[in-house]
Amino acid sequence: MRMANRMSILLFSGTRDKLTSVATLSTGAVAMGMEVDIFLAYWGMNAFRKSMIGTNNRFDKDFEDMSGTLAKNMQAKNINWLENLRKAKANGNLKIHVCSTVADLFEAKKEDFDPIVDDVIGIGGYIEQAKDAAITLYI
Amino acid sequence: MSTLDLNTVKANKVVDARGTSCPGPLMDTKIAISTIPIGGILETMSSDEGTRKDIPIWAKAMGQEFLGVVSEPGYDRIFVRRLK
Repeated sequence: MRMANRMSILLFSGTRDKLTSVATLSTGAVAMGMEVDIFLAYWGMNAFRKSMIGTNNRFDKDFEDMSGTLAKNMQAKNINWLENLRKAKANGNLKIHVCSTVADLFEAKKEDFDPIVDDVIGIGGYIEQAKDAAITLYI
Repeated sequence: MSTLDLNTVKANKVVDARGTSCPGPLMDTKIAISTIPIGGILETMSSDEGTRKDIPIWAKAMGQEFLGVVSEPGYDRIFVRRLK
């Protein structure tokens, strides 16, 4: 089967380090001419809520001792994951989907999410997008 | 094209992406390439170490022509010709 020129990311985590990684990977993929689909579940989904998207300052617990330095350096180097993701979306084919089961579990509706989120879809839709993607990532 | 030629070449557009980290300069290059005429030259200024390696890879994948890099103190000048 021919692989589609597409990167598919299942984003489970919602910490800033992982969100920044997703924005970097997505930007790189768009720049390289790939389509990008990001499927949000659990904490990844919650990180895209209107109420959290601008204020989320959580970092990986495993490296808690380094998160202060990381946050400081991100600010100094002007690394803003949401701005970068918006820029990637504006300049390529990048779509962000919310898992309908997780949305239901957390009692979230489409309107609870930042407009960067395209839609709420089922797992079947995700599988359909991911099954022939040239790159698939779970983050 | 030699480094000497690139030192004197006049680019159709110069993107100053210094201070932004990877893949910011690459993204800015992708955006800018479609704003210059086919056959024109784009210069990207980047202080990110990975970008001078990324742009040749990007150019090959996108069907554009990588012309070379001129190293300046603290940054690179990376040249691409738009072919399509």
